[in-house]
Amino acid sequence: MNENNGKSFRFSTRLHLRVLTGLKASNIEELLELIKNVPGSSIYYHTHHFLQQHQYLSPEPPNDFAHWITSALNEEVLGEKIASIDTIKFPTIRDLRNEIIRTIEGCIKENPRIKLRFASPDKTFHFIKSTSFILPTDYVAKNLEDFLEILKKITPDSIYFHMFEARLRLDMETNDFSFWLGTSLSEVELAGKLASLDPYTYTMEDLRKRIIEIVEERLKNAKN
Amino acid sequence: MQRIDKYEQVVGKSKIDELKMLAGYLKGKVIQHINSTAMGGGVAEILSKINPLMQELGVNTQWDVIKGTPDFFDVTKSIHNALHGKEAIITEDMWKVFNDVSSMNIREMNLYGDIMFIHDPQPIALIKRKSRMKNSKWIWRCHVDVSGPDKDVWGFLEKFVNKYDAAVFSSAHFAHKMKARQVLISPSIDPFSDKNRELTQKEMDAVLNKYKIDPQRKPLVCQISRYDALKDPVGVIEAYKLVKKYVDCQLLLVGNRATDDPEGDKIYKQVLEAKGDDPDITALMVEDIPSEINTFQRVSDVIVQKSIREGFALTVSEALWKGKPVVASNVGGIPLQIKHKYSGMLCHTIEGAAFSIKQLLNAPEYARRLGENGREHIKQNFLLTRHIREYMLLFLSLYSNKDVVTL
Repeated sequence: MNENNGKSFRFSTRLHLRVLTGLKASNIEELLELIKNVPGSSIYYHTHHFLQQHQYLSPEPPNDFAHWITSALNEEVLGEKIASIDTIKFPTIRDLRNEIIRTIEGCIKENPRIKLRFASPDKTFHFIKSTSFILPTDYVAKNLEDFLEILKKITPDSIYFHMFEARLRLDMETNDFSFWLGTSLSEVELAGKLASLDPYTYTMEDLRKRIIEIVEERLKNAKN
Repeated sequence: MQRIDKYEQVVGKSKIDELKMLAGYLKGKVIQHINSTAMGGGVAEILSKINPLMQELGVNTQWDVIKGTPDFFDVTKSIHNALHGKEAIITEDMWKVFNDVSSMNIREMNLYGDIMFIHDPQPIALIKRKSRMKNSKWIWRCHVDVSGPDKDVWGFLEKFVNKYDAAVFSSAHFAHKMKARQVLISPSIDPFSDKNRELTQKEMDAVLNKYKIDPQRKPLVCQISRYDALKDPVGVIEAYKLVKKYVDCQLLLVGNRATDDPEGDKIYKQVLEAKGDDPDITALMVEDIPSEINTFQRVSDVIVQKSIREGFALTVSEALWKGKPVVASNVGGIPLQIKHKYSGMLCHTIEGAAFSIKQLLNAPEYARRLGENGREHIKQNFLLTRHIREYMLLFLSLYSNKDVVTL
């Protein structure tokens, strides 16, 4: 969480521990049933861990449900539909969960044959949930110049926390950076630019680069 | 310079600062690790790396070893095999040996941790001391593949596991429906250990001369694993024989002997029989000298890990960290490390392993790309610093039951 002390922004970081639920699915109906009932922290984990774990390009879609439906059940169409869910559009995990449920139910209705597919035992889907630890760092920005310098050296986990977790899991309306820039520095336009990024389509390092570019551009314009 | 600061060169300063911060929250707590052997095997190796670094970070971490008799280790080897799903007969007399030695350790060991960290089945019964250690937290760390265990043996152990505050597994496939909280933590490798650091040509030449291995002579395929049926060294020889029909190569098998594994000699004998008089197969039974293992990995063209069951398979992480193309079975923690045809090759059979080895020997550029991707994946996810971070988070999690913990 950002600690607003007057106009300052303290960077936090988020570290996570993976907790095994012991719940597993071998076919689409079992998966659907568990998606409806597992804790929100499990839906969060399976739709977000990829972003932190694979901070470089990799051939898998950034969503465990999509990956499993495609690779273990060989249902490429449904897998693609789940992979294409526009995660950034959903303000809460509950909304995201409902969209996944709606997509799977729609596909089963259209194509009931999907229910006949079973994953081999070594490809069973295991539900994991995430326990997050939020730690304040020593980095505090008092103005846009500080903000830019800190952005260059903080961990990807810190960027991840402020851009993803604060918004989605802690029920904030926008990402932390945009909130602080807009409310404390009155940088409404810059805040809007960061809020309009779709962070789910970047690797973490590319996202860092893009945010830096946007802030640098703003500072350059301010000087001119 | 402290040892921990060296890791900045690999993972960056901010990651190390994070570890220092986490350690601060554990001030005043004593962590006591307990396992069955101080040397040999992956558990001892990882503890000998993690503990000094954690101590440097300011966490009071201690490590003690249970006492055991040879027949106790025979029983725990059978338990190990049964957990892997292999047929194993454990008689009432054998359970008695297990219980007697456990009782002796429960009675005599000096247990003093605020957090007791018990590794694998051998010391599992120590949990009986929990009720006498007020406010202590207990973790059972399972390094074994328990995805398809013998039900009776698992049932016996589960009664102990459920008394722990948390059980830690290396793969989601090992999770069970049970009372204890289950945490997923992958093992890791140390980039600066003798097993993984960069070596000079002179250092490598000394090892190659000692064992009379010439990697220039023919492409070198290698498996490094202790001689254990579950590592399928005989299967590797069969795969090599299939490859050999089309690609003239040599095979190097390297294994050591762990003090808690009495089966090694038997399997080594089977390997020598399967090898026969083929001059292109070398099967070494060596002491676990890390720089030698490092050399064998670095001079290999393809590294194989054709295990039937695995815990995590640190040998795969080590090979990938060296940028080597790896052919490995799709078991245990291996698919967490290798995405098929992206950061290595996964196989299910001897024939499948042979096909992939052939492909990699014939396409060195493709093999190089797989190796590069593999190294990056290990750097991001399986280095020691990540492991230390997750252990510290695990310790902190014992004092909270929330999904989001603000420190």
